[in-house]
Formats: sequence, C-alpha cells, structure tokens
Amino acid sequence: MRLILLLVLSITLMTLDYRTDTVRSIRAGLSVIVYPVQYLVDLPGSFIRWTADTFVTRGTLQEENATLRTQNQILKAQLQKFTFIEAENVHLRELLQSSKRVGERMLIAELLSVDLDPFRRQVVINKGSMNDDLYVSQPLLDAEGVMGKIVHIYPLTSTAILITDPDHSLPVQVARNGLRTIAVGAGSDNQLELLYLPNNADIQIGDELITSGLGCVFPAGYPVARVTAVNTNPSLPFAQVLAEPTAKLDRSREVLLVWPSHASLPEMQTPCSRTQEEDAP
Amino acid sequence: MSIHDRSRGGWAIAASLVMAMLLSILPLPPMVHAFMPEWLLLVTIYWSMALPHRVGVGVAWCLGLLLDVLRDTLLGQYALVMALVIFITIHLHQRIRVVPLWQQSITILVLCLIYALINFWIKGIQGLAPDFWMALISPFVSALIWPAIFLFMRNLRRYYQVN
Repeated sequence: MRLILLLVLSITLMTLDYRTDTVRSIRAGLSVIVYPVQYLVDLPGSFIRWTADTFVTRGTLQEENATLRTQNQILKAQLQKFTFIEAENVHLRELLQSSKRVGERMLIAELLSVDLDPFRRQVVINKGSMNDDLYVSQPLLDAEGVMGKIVHIYPLTSTAILITDPDHSLPVQVARNGLRTIAVGAGSDNQLELLYLPNNADIQIGDELITSGLGCVFPAGYPVARVTAVNTNPSLPFAQVLAEPTAKLDRSREVLLVWPSHASLPEMQTPCSRTQEEDAP
Repeated sequence: MSIHDRSRGGWAIAASLVMAMLLSILPLPPMVHAFMPEWLLLVTIYWSMALPHRVGVGVAWCLGLLLDVLRDTLLGQYALVMALVIFITIHLHQRIRVVPLWQQSITILVLCLIYALINFWIKGIQGLAPDFWMALISPFVSALIWPAIFLFMRNLRRYYQVN
C-alpha cells in the first residue's frame, strides 16, 4: 500500500518536474542537504590544488609572472584596436538603424569535481542563487569558447548542461561565410553534430563555427567548434558534419558566466529582449 | 529488549549510506563511470535485507530523491526505482539471506537489471536514452562486486552491533 502511494508520488513529481517548474523549491531544499556530500567529494581535488598553489617555488612564480605580463601586454595592445573597432561598429549600426551590441557582464565560477548522470554531459558550478543573480539557460564560457548553459539553480550550487550533451543544441554559423546551422551534442564523446546541411553546402574541414545568437540564449560571435569531418553521401538527404568544441570541456576548472545584453533601438522590438524575462527552462 | 536496544547503530547505517553517495558521484572518466556499480542501491539492498524493519521502502524512496538531486535527473526517477527494488528485496529478504553468496549475486543481478531497465525507460520517455548495452554494464558489475560488499557490510554491522 505504501509502495503504491510512493510510486504515485514519484510519478507526480516527475511529471511536475518535466512539465512545469513548481518543484523547483523542493529541488533547492534537497540540494542544500546533499551539498555536504558534493563538498566532500570535491575536497581532495581542491586540497591538491591548494597545496600545489601554496608550495610553489619563487622561481616558478617569477617565471609565470613574466609570461603573464608579456601575455597581458599583447592582449592590451590587441584590445586598443578592438575598442576602436567596437566604437566604429556601434556607429555603423546606428547609421543602419539596427540594434547595438554592447558589452556583456561576466562572472568567474569554479566547477566542482563531482560526476552527475554517467550518460549525460553536465557539470556543477560553485555559484548559486544565494549570492548571484543567475538565471536558467544562462550561457557558460571558458577562455576558448562556449561550454554550455545553466539548467538548475540551487542556493549554493548550480548545474549546467554542456554543449556535447545529446539533449543540447545550439544555433551556430560558419565564421568564414555566415552559413547557419545547428550544433547538437553527440553525447558519448567530445563531438558536435551539425544538422540539416545540404550535401552541396559550403563547409570544409577546419572551418570555425561561432554562435549566431539566433536562439536568444547565447550572445552572438563566440567561438564554438572547429569542423573535423565532412561526409557527403548522395543517398542521404543531408551531409554528415562533425565538429570538435574549442572550449576545453573536460579540462577547464574556471568558467565564465555571461549576462548577455540585447540592447536595441526603442522603435525596434527584438525577439531576444522578450525571452529574457519569460525565460522558459 | 528495551527501546534503546532496538535502535542501535543508526549512525553506522547513515555513515555507510553517505559513503555510498560519495562513491556514486566520484569524478571519473565517462568510460570508467559506465563500469561503476550502483553503490547506493547495493548498500541500501544490504540494509533492507539485514534489517528490513529499519531500512524500508520509505527510506529507500528518500535516498532515491537525494540521488535524483545529486545526479540532476528528473525529480522522482531514482526515488521510484529505489522504492520498487527495495520493496521486492524486503519481500524476498528471508529467501535471499540464507542462500550462498554466488546465488545472492544472481538475485542482485535481477534486482539491478530491474533498476537499470526502469531507469532506461524513464530516460527514454524524456528522449535521453543512452546506449542500451552500455546501460546493462552496471548491473553486471554490481552483481560481481556484491559478495565483497556483502562481507564488508556484514562485518561493519557485526562490529558496531547494528540491529
């Protein structure tokens, strides 16, 4: 009797969780209970990193400092040009009466080294609703490219889905010629599949893919992947194209959370400014 | 037997369950992860077999709910399968307990297969079904490792006189 009650209860919970977000608070409460478990699992790794950071020699530090300083100089020099180009871009877009792209707010978060479902590609980050105003489906980047987006926000942690998860798809375009397509995670390995490209599409191995900003989730222009294989089989309706993410999905420790800004001219209603508020999960 | 006697060693049960949870979210390469046994399920099966009056269907359901949050699956997915498997275990516990370890392993295999198949089915409904044969690895590994877990847990139970 009790079993039947519990089974009905869990089926109700699953349906509610799948269709609505009414059980979000239950999830949040439970996540606080299991946080010590996640913290304990993460502890050995962070301890090793802490000792590695603490007991470095002066020589190594100086060397690293010198490299970073050079790198910083180069990046700053590049940025000078970038500021000019950005200003010019804003000006040109004003002339064209199209929406402006302005700077995005960013926050650095750290991954907790815990595993989730073995057959999915998800990660846990150490930022939650208690300290930061995260939102569901917020983009996650690393220094090299797009990593994924947030799916659940808890008080102390959040979980994010990676772009290689089979349930994740992201609108991209080829940087070379602006060809638009959708990158879907292949799941089992570090690969993305590009869907609905005709056999005569202008795409080749080595092409860089960037976000197109069409889904209103990811800001436009961030690097996503590089094409690794193009198979054209005339008997199939579409070409089979595979790409490898540029972000170090399995190695990055620090990730960047982005608050994209979809600023627009007042007379124009962009679809993105609306979805930001409603924000379906 | 006083009431105090009856509820001895609850912390040992809790500690072993927390340990199993730690093991089930240990960061591992994805290929290795598919070969990991279902730690939490095995430990819960042991306790419900040895002490069905203390670890029952309700406890299993709550543990499953925690596992749902740990693994970030649909809320209630693991809760449902845990409750179901523990219900079967408790029904059969007097028969499982008396047979030799390798025969117990066969029962565990069946229980873990039920667990894996219902999980696979729920994931399939959401359109997230993993490779079917990969999903079957874990139950076999769980059955193989069962004798070790059983002996370890029995020693633990006797040492701390959990009853």
